Amino acid sequence: MAMKVYGLPMSTNVARVLVCLEEAGAQYEVVPIDFSTAEHKSPEHTSRNPFGQVPALQDGDLILFESRAISKYVLRKYSSELVKEHSISDSAKVDVWLEVESRHFNEPMSVVIYQCLILPVYFGGQTDVKVVEEKLEKLKKTFEVYEERLSRSKYLAGDFLSLADLSHFPTAYYLLATPHAAVLDEFPLVKAWISDMLARPTVKKVIDMMKATA
Amino acid sequence: MAPALKVFGPARSTNVARVLVCLEEVGAEYELVDIDFAAREQKSPDHLKRNPFGQIPAFQDGDLLLFESRAIGKYILRKYKTSDADLLREGDLAEAAMVDVWTEVEAHQYNPALSPVVYECVIYPAIHGTPTNQRVVDESLEKLRKGLEVHEARLWESASLAGDFASFADLNHFPYTFYFMATPHAPLFDEYPHVKAWWERLMARPAIKKLAARMALLN
Repeated sequence: MAMKVYGLPMSTNVARVLVCLEEAGAQYEVVPIDFSTAEHKSPEHTSRNPFGQVPALQDGDLILFESRAISKYVLRKYSSELVKEHSISDSAKVDVWLEVESRHFNEPMSVVIYQCLILPVYFGGQTDVKVVEEKLEKLKKTFEVYEERLSRSKYLAGDFLSLADLSHFPTAYYLLATPHAAVLDEFPLVKAWISDMLARPTVKKVIDMMKATA
Repeated sequence: MAPALKVFGPARSTNVARVLVCLEEVGAEYELVDIDFAAREQKSPDHLKRNPFGQIPAFQDGDLLLFESRAIGKYILRKYKTSDADLLREGDLAEAAMVDVWTEVEAHQYNPALSPVVYECVIYPAIHGTPTNQRVVDESLEKLRKGLEVHEARLWESASLAGDFASFADLNHFPYTFYFMATPHAPLFDEYPHVKAWWERLMARPAIKKLAARMALLN
């Protein structure tokens, strides 16, 4: 039976899960959740994700939420090399850089995306330039670390592509759509790493889904 | 012979404690190496090799250098897993997924709501002597209530967060909650009886009792 992913692909957290499903070659179905009618806060959806967020995943009787937890489940279920389960040290490195993605990349980026792409377009609001500047400074510090790391290994966790790299793609995709994409010009290895990821067939497929539901 | 495992940072630091809990649970021997914040040692070239963001903790096992406390914790729990200490449940896909789910909840929902109260009421006054920002505390408590409602509903269903087994997900809640219980807002947990009972079970674990005593001494 196909797994069900609840949410729209345009959400970075949903897209993260979708790329893992594609990489795993799993059968799945996307079930849209309509934020405009507050469907995400409905009893039906909060029984899947008690915080009323997306994504949620249903696999038979198992219901999961939190995109990085779902991603790991999918990749482990299909014995994907993207989580390096059989190597204690490699899987630790994947975990390290996945934590970095969450705390040092996603955190500032989600504010920049909200301020530059979501607030003006969906809520008719005004971008808070000061907040964006502050988060871009933090992002540059993160990119300094990444640039150094990528000068020593091909990918973040080592010389192998992993969930830690792919976890960045949805947010990186949106960064390129903000007025601040040029921040990457100072970090050529990071820029190339992102372009390579965005050119990956599974990633391109999910990007098409993101565009279709935006 | 010195232990092979080294943790860099003081025991009283919440994220260092997160790692120490895992070491204590599996009974691994380790050496705790202090990092002198007053001398900005966390930004020294030596420490940046271990943690490129210049933060604590960092961890060393022989040639392997790790950072990010949750990643370090998982490494320890995997490497030193026994039938008595299986806190990641990676032998079972569904159980391991539930551990991951509630570990993410602690990171993304619980901690962002609870930690500002700890910073405002305990940490900033101790380090900077600044007065508590009540607005930040009030906003955080509102968010924390919502999070505790979710935890309460979950703990009606099972004894621990990931299922009827204690796991890494539960342990992750310990360090910041321990300090929260030293703030005037501790009685908030009394409104959530299943959460309170779960917290008391957590605090009764030998590894946690041992670490709590160390953290309290250094307070």
